[in-house]
Amino acid sequence: MSDDPGGVPAGSGQDQGGTENPRPGDGPASPASPADPAGSAGAGGDAAASGPAGSADDQGDASAERGLGRFRGLDRAILDAIIHGSPTVVTILAVISALVLGALIIAFSDTAVLHAWASFFSAPGAAISAAWQSIASAYSALFEGAIFNPHTVAAAFHGGSVGAIFYPLSETASEATPLVLTGLSVALAFRAGLFNIGAASQWIGGAIVVTYLGFAVSLPPVIHVIVCLAGGFAGGAVMGWLVGDLKARTGAHEVIVTIMLNYIMYDLLSYVLDTPKALQLPHQANLISPNIAADAQLPHVGGPPPQVGVGFLVALAAAAGMWWLLERSTTGFEFRTVGANPSAARTAGMSVQKTWILAMLLAGGLAGLSGAVTIQGSFYSLNFQSYGTYGIDGITVALLGRARPAGVVLAALLFGALNAGGPVMEAATSVPIDIAEVIEGLIVLFVAAPPLIRAVFRLREARGSGMEAIAKGWNG
Amino acid sequence: MELELRGITKRFGSLVANDHIDLAVAPGEIRGLLGENGAGKTTLMNVLYGLVQPDEGEILVDGKQVTIHSPKDAINAKIGMVHQHFMLVPVFTVAENVALGVEQQRKLKIGSLPGIPTGLLDRGRARRQVIELSERYGLQVNPDVRIEDLPVGVQQRVEIIKALLRQASVLILDEPTAVLTPGETEDLFRVMRELREGGRSIVFISHKLKEVQTIADKITVIRRGKVVGERPPSTSDAELAALMVGRPVELKVSKEPAKPADVVLEVTDLTVAGAAGLAAAGQDSRNSVDGVSFQVRAGEILGIAGVQGNGQTELCEALMGLLPSGGQVRLDGKDISRATPHDRLRSGISYIPEDRREDGLVSDFSVADNLVLDLYDRKPFASGIAMDLPAIRANARTLTTEFDVRTSSIDATVGTLSGGNQQKVILAREVGRRVRLLLASQPTRGLDVGSIEFVHRRIIEERDQGVAVIIVSSELDEIYALADRIAVMYEGQITGFRPPSVPVTELGLLMAGVRNGAAADPAGSDGNPDDGPPGGGSAGRTEPT
Amino acid sequence: MTAIVAAVRAPIVANRRLIAAVTFVAFGLIDILIFGLFSHKGDATFAFSLFGAKVTVPSLHVPARPVTYALGIASVLIGVARATVTESKLLKRLSIAAVLLFFVLAMLLWSDTGSWADGIPINVITLMQGTLAASIPLILGALAGCMGERSGVINIAIEGQLLLGAFTAAVVASAVGVLWLGLLSGSLAGGLIGAMLALFAIRFLVDQIILGVVINLLISGLTGYLYDRLLVPDANTYNNASTFSTVKIPVLGDIPVIGPIFFDSTIFLYITYAAIILVQVGLFSTRWGLRVRAVGEHPSAADTVGINVLGIRYRNLILGGMLAGIGGAYLTIGSVGTFSKDMSSGLGYIALAAMIFGRWTPLGATLAALLFGFTTALGSFLGSITVPISPFILGMAPYVATIIAVAGLVGRVRAPAADGKPYLRE
Repeated sequence: MSDDPGGVPAGSGQDQGGTENPRPGDGPASPASPADPAGSAGAGGDAAASGPAGSADDQGDASAERGLGRFRGLDRAILDAIIHGSPTVVTILAVISALVLGALIIAFSDTAVLHAWASFFSAPGAAISAAWQSIASAYSALFEGAIFNPHTVAAAFHGGSVGAIFYPLSETASEATPLVLTGLSVALAFRAGLFNIGAASQWIGGAIVVTYLGFAVSLPPVIHVIVCLAGGFAGGAVMGWLVGDLKARTGAHEVIVTIMLNYIMYDLLSYVLDTPKALQLPHQANLISPNIAADAQLPHVGGPPPQVGVGFLVALAAAAGMWWLLERSTTGFEFRTVGANPSAARTAGMSVQKTWILAMLLAGGLAGLSGAVTIQGSFYSLNFQSYGTYGIDGITVALLGRARPAGVVLAALLFGALNAGGPVMEAATSVPIDIAEVIEGLIVLFVAAPPLIRAVFRLREARGSGMEAIAKGWNG
Repeated sequence: MELELRGITKRFGSLVANDHIDLAVAPGEIRGLLGENGAGKTTLMNVLYGLVQPDEGEILVDGKQVTIHSPKDAINAKIGMVHQHFMLVPVFTVAENVALGVEQQRKLKIGSLPGIPTGLLDRGRARRQVIELSERYGLQVNPDVRIEDLPVGVQQRVEIIKALLRQASVLILDEPTAVLTPGETEDLFRVMRELREGGRSIVFISHKLKEVQTIADKITVIRRGKVVGERPPSTSDAELAALMVGRPVELKVSKEPAKPADVVLEVTDLTVAGAAGLAAAGQDSRNSVDGVSFQVRAGEILGIAGVQGNGQTELCEALMGLLPSGGQVRLDGKDISRATPHDRLRSGISYIPEDRREDGLVSDFSVADNLVLDLYDRKPFASGIAMDLPAIRANARTLTTEFDVRTSSIDATVGTLSGGNQQKVILAREVGRRVRLLLASQPTRGLDVGSIEFVHRRIIEERDQGVAVIIVSSELDEIYALADRIAVMYEGQITGFRPPSVPVTELGLLMAGVRNGAAADPAGSDGNPDDGPPGGGSAGRTEPT
Repeated sequence: MTAIVAAVRAPIVANRRLIAAVTFVAFGLIDILIFGLFSHKGDATFAFSLFGAKVTVPSLHVPARPVTYALGIASVLIGVARATVTESKLLKRLSIAAVLLFFVLAMLLWSDTGSWADGIPINVITLMQGTLAASIPLILGALAGCMGERSGVINIAIEGQLLLGAFTAAVVASAVGVLWLGLLSGSLAGGLIGAMLALFAIRFLVDQIILGVVINLLISGLTGYLYDRLLVPDANTYNNASTFSTVKIPVLGDIPVIGPIFFDSTIFLYITYAAIILVQVGLFSTRWGLRVRAVGEHPSAADTVGINVLGIRYRNLILGGMLAGIGGAYLTIGSVGTFSKDMSSGLGYIALAAMIFGRWTPLGATLAALLFGFTTALGSFLGSITVPISPFILGMAPYVATIIAVAGLVGRVRAPAADGKPYLRE
């Protein structure tokens, strides 16, 4: 969330004029909605506003310490952020809460732990240590699989591979790559006031095109890669455009249309993978496509293995591009205005319909690109394993990243870490990988409900921290 | 029943909406509660009705203290309320709305047993009750019509029936005349007097001096959350106004006579299809704007009067290209009938929409962004698709100073500003650039007197600089204060054009759809450019006398 | 916002007549040009008795090609009539139903005379039983949706309610060994999610669409986790429930054709009947229903006449969740007996679609759910006679139909006015 540091001191800076919003419910609902005019304009301004407010409080005793004033102001801002539960603080607390709940689920679904707890009153120590054991082994395996395994360092000293130290991180980046892109897809639509649940269908749209271009067309090496990426974007964009166009023309609610399209495209994917004339690998009963040509595959870069996939760089570039589009371009201004208040956007002469269509088209393209980097960068073949759950996980990533490009990247890295560590954990401790999904769901649930986190951690009422502002219902 | 409020205090954060308010209403009394917008009248009544919990103070009914935590308690205490925004379910019938909350069940009779409630609605009984009450007070309400198909005046009577059915002894009417024609207001006053004869007390909330003076037995004036005085209805306008605002008020806006020049806007036979909600269902054939024609000249203000909901909103939106319409709109002689809202803005129309929070501003955006909301893609704020943030901020600093927008910073979200300052942001945006036509719909609704004066002054300044101005307002006071020429809308049509010297009663008749003969009204045909431009010119030159 | 939608919708209204007519004609042409031209010679057979039934009804033999042509021509004529004559609302709906029915009949005739069918008759009773069986979770889920949305809370978590209901019912019925307890606990599990939905939507003001999606993910993860952790290692204890047996209703169950379809089934079908009637009558003819609808349309109006808005929303979401939980329980202890990962497989979303398709009315939702259930049953029938249409293509039908419905081509759908909007007192 590096592009939105201004969210932190908002609580101290903007209190003055709040007479129009006396209702307590209004507090969390307005300022930091997804369509916050963030960018550095908002960010810089907020920081500037909080400076004077913070030091004004201190004026009595600190007038001589001008030089320290800035630091004191900063201290105050951080303290305020914690006390009032700023978005960042709420997000961190949400992650912690979800990990704690996840730990409880891990412990109390472990039969050994349950047996120990059956005799809790006779041996409470054993019960607690059994639970701790269960949690610690699972989470440390998760950590080792996702971020860093101390054994690899020891091994490196004894002549093992230095690269192995970075293997978990490279796995995390690789897992995060498609998530960044589907997350950006959902986030972009979100900023334009649209809820794109259809990243899964757009992913399929992109992946089908990429796979076809990848194995059925032969092109020179670099061009083949680029054509495939573009094809993936286009395939997803068509799916997104369909949603935007239907909404613009007929008012069909995008949530319903995208849910339906997800299932339609799932069936279509099954169909093309089941039909030898389409994408099915010849002489196969399984639903699997041929591998794409080697010159259509995305290379890896950055020294000896493990390396960073070019797909990850593509995803980061997409995030940077989206940031510029949203915060620095007139198109982005239109997106954000339509997202925050379509009536005002219309009255101001913007075409809400065109914005919806364009936003869905780009969102679909990003999800299609996710399909492209998945196929070109890691699986090389289209099947239900490569399909995975990137589309639906994009929603949670976007929510956790508060629909900000940088936030989405961070959220995708977090979920990528959970996904990368999951198999290691499952192999080491037989804790099923699905716990990652549970933790992800809990994180997002808590992030979406700042009042709950504030109540649990006894934070004071703060202004602006939730995604709740887009509550608007089917009718519009 | 005697109602007494003692020391009611309600704070919203740092704002004190009600500050130790005392109010006693005797049985059979009509009490006027006078105060400007934002004075705390509605909060006080919401406290009384259990919608808001007071921080301090007590409520007494017939000398006994009652606690009112919810509307249910209020109903039990025989307090009834007609809200400013009606509390009626649009898709329910009148009978269903009246019965809601006090539904009668059909009972299963077996022999001589008292009857077993079935939980099934007794719709017949609800109908009969509505008919009975409607007849007793001459309210003329049909129980079987759906609310959304009723005119607002009738909806208000449904609200009164709701309160009566719950045997309210004290009836609170919150700004009830805002949606009525002068004639309907008279009818309401007749009903109120009848209710008073029956021993009921009425609290009549309004910011309109004349109405309070007409109907109230005693007037309580509220300013900034405090009771600042109780006066008999015979008190002079000036005294009441001064009490209400806290300083002597100039009741008339001073302005020079208009100097109309060339025709800027020419509207011919503008038609907008039926009510937005019903059009899709294909059941509404009535046009919401029906063949409207008029002209506006540079340097004059055309005031469009009429009860809310008679097509004014649709007229404005059609003029801005926000609603599809038939007919022709010409700006400076150029046909813009098919132009998009964007192109109309660019060709020199400024628009202050009726609902500023919904249509005029993005409350989550900063003041700076809101100040370029409809100019964001023009130089100097953008080149190509890249926006120029320094230019946007410089613009914001200039305009906030010029228009005296009180904000902590140009980066503060506009939602944190007061209503008056929000309207100043819109005004600054819309008139801070060179315009040909200013279209302002309800430009001062909900504002305090200070802001109203500011907005009126700026609008007149625009006129004096040669801008053609259209003011749409349901407040006749505002129309009289600003307009150089008045057009009245009723059911989508303009029922007449009048000079500002026209008496209220005549406007009232026009607002009720009575054209009282074209012969007696030369200006009526003047307004129609099809009938001859010279006539239109003469109407334009009509001066207040 | 309303203005935007209205402005956008206006041209659709003008064109709807034409679009509908063209669609009808297109269906008719498919009937003629595909199912008619490519049909094989001979008769299709419709059977109306189950194998070994006491009272048998004679089978019906239909000459495929001429009848298919006739059905196609009829559809085209209906399309032409739609374009030229102004029809009443009822007639419009009937014409949609007729064109769809003709299309399905034409497809059946074509498929049953094909070489692949090998003379297997189309057993109408099996087809209808399959339809009802596939519809039960959809109907109960859609009713849950109606309960929530009529009171103003969007329920996208139907999928999660079905899944957790299925899981809980299977585990409890296996572990305790009492099927009824399985049913009850499945229902309670659905109610629990309803309560969670209510708490987060009403108390914490979380966007209801986000909330539903997240809850579904959470339940999918949780049941998947517990399945791998507990149910797989110890399937005998936790995932080995029996199923409810069928109960034939006396007299009614003996009516030929009707009896075996409607009155010879498990308790779940009878619960579904009761639920449909209760919710339909309840919503539109009782005091409770009037209040619920008022809360969903205009909560402040309800509040000001002393109705407890939030209380009604909590109660409705929990009760609705319990209905969906029963629908979930049906998936395990009503049909297969064991739980498997993500076994609700999108049924909750189809139920949501059925509710919208049925315009937020219980009866409408039921009809839509039956239509969707029919496509499932039809798919498995066509699969059983190895018709050369991919089951995946047929499987898209409900989703495509729903998109067509929300796009306003089959008439306008309007949600309760306050649906999805949290209520805060001003």
